[in-house]
Amino acid sequence: MSRQSQLLPNGRVLRYSFPERLMHWVAGISYVYLLLTGLAFWTPWLFWIAVVLGGATLSRELHPWAGVIFVIAVIWMYRTWAAQMKTTERDKQWWRSLKHYIRNEDDELPSEDRFNAGQKSLFWGFFWCSLILLLTGLILWEPQWIPWNLHILRLIAVIVHPIAALLTIALFMIHVYMGTAVERGSFGSVIRGDVSRKWAARYHRAWYDQIVHNEEQTVSATSAAPAKE
Amino acid sequence: MSQANLEIRRISGHSGPVPGVGLKRESEVAKLIDTTTCIGCKACEVACLEWNGLSFSDTTFDNSYQTMPDTSWNFWNLIRFNEYEPDGDGGNLMLLMRKDQCMHCEEPGCLIACPADGAIVQYANGIVDFHQDQCIGCGYCITGCPFNIPKFSPTSRKVFKCTLCADRVSEGLEPACIKACPTGCLHFGTKEEMTALGESRALQLREQSGFAHAGVYDPSGVGGTHVLYVLHDATNPEAYGGLPKDPRVPWTVRLWKYPLKWLGNFAMIAGAVGIFVHYLRFGPKTVEPDLEIPKKGEQP
Repeated sequence: MSRQSQLLPNGRVLRYSFPERLMHWVAGISYVYLLLTGLAFWTPWLFWIAVVLGGATLSRELHPWAGVIFVIAVIWMYRTWAAQMKTTERDKQWWRSLKHYIRNEDDELPSEDRFNAGQKSLFWGFFWCSLILLLTGLILWEPQWIPWNLHILRLIAVIVHPIAALLTIALFMIHVYMGTAVERGSFGSVIRGDVSRKWAARYHRAWYDQIVHNEEQTVSATSAAPAKE
Repeated sequence: MSQANLEIRRISGHSGPVPGVGLKRESEVAKLIDTTTCIGCKACEVACLEWNGLSFSDTTFDNSYQTMPDTSWNFWNLIRFNEYEPDGDGGNLMLLMRKDQCMHCEEPGCLIACPADGAIVQYANGIVDFHQDQCIGCGYCITGCPFNIPKFSPTSRKVFKCTLCADRVSEGLEPACIKACPTGCLHFGTKEEMTALGESRALQLREQSGFAHAGVYDPSGVGGTHVLYVLHDATNPEAYGGLPKDPRVPWTVRLWKYPLKWLGNFAMIAGAVGIFVHYLRFGPKTVEPDLEIPKKGEQP
């Protein structure tokens, strides 16, 4: 991840590359559409959302296709990030000090890598729920695909699909809250791609130290030949 | 059509009250199908297509007299032909004929499962009707129905089924199938009248025709139905071609539409409140301005 310099000329640190930001927003926008239309089908209280989005018939037709786009983005994320999402000893420490994280006592937290243990849980939670939502969603997509003797599949799908969706809603609410309101600078990192050095050192110290270390090595390697400053 | 005149009792996917409830006294209607006097002439099938303006579709020969293997979105009324050996040795072979159509459940699984406001209604007279203009084509009604009745049309992407000729009934007429039946095996009237008629016929079958298990099919698992059968053997409705012994609104549909929905709604609201309270109590995290960052070439 740090093959080339992540310390930008403007003094900031590159956190998310352009492909990473793009896939995040493909997933994010398709998820929000799925969430809104899904909630419209979930309860009569929120059926109006489907009306606002162009009518419930349209929502019903587009919801499965949005799901396909979302799952493609999730698989893209898996290919990009899965290696960085493995649980480490640091993560176990992080979970033990979760209450400090919740209380914003970040000094008490272990030094975290590029993704902290909470972000890793978000990733795996969304990954597995997305696969479950895809499978159950395929069953529910076209009624004529499931013959009556396989009716049990639809009965399972109507209960598993909303349970998996509710789990993602919990993850989504925490994710959006943390990313916009609590960790100021996170939202910018997934829009513009960069964070301040202070931000990087504050929340992902191990990652930041690695970047600085790599930079020093690169600098010493390239500055070996030319004259000293 | 005015929903008030139709005296709607229940509406699918609806968050408000229901127009037409308690508007005036209306006795509940029912159709009685006496399978013991059905001759399999299929006049009801034709009358259903005629009255409802449904197109004739290709039939499938299935080595039986049955018109096609199953009802479909444009074929709502099907006589199912079933060979049945009550003694299991072929000595007393019976050709059972059952007119299959929507049962118009008192507790309609289709309506409970439906998310679209007003796509499925239950009238005060007990008829469960689909309003295709409100249907979004999700197919959840198919999931909720224990009788395999609602059928999805891939062309119009709406779901269709027998209406019990709600349009005729609202004008004081009997359903088209009843009108066409030449043997009098189909009857239409109030639920009480039809139950009484069915029970008297079942008694007759038990006492005079040697059908010891004859009875009326009015399954309590769905709160009773507005289509009643007189069966030669009420202990074995499955013999009549997929008539379930104890039909119920599937438990997964109930779990989804009642406890899970309220639990989910509560959790989402509680989560939003929790997040708000967390922000009030702890606020944003701060990147402390005096945090020391070792710079390149600088001593920490």
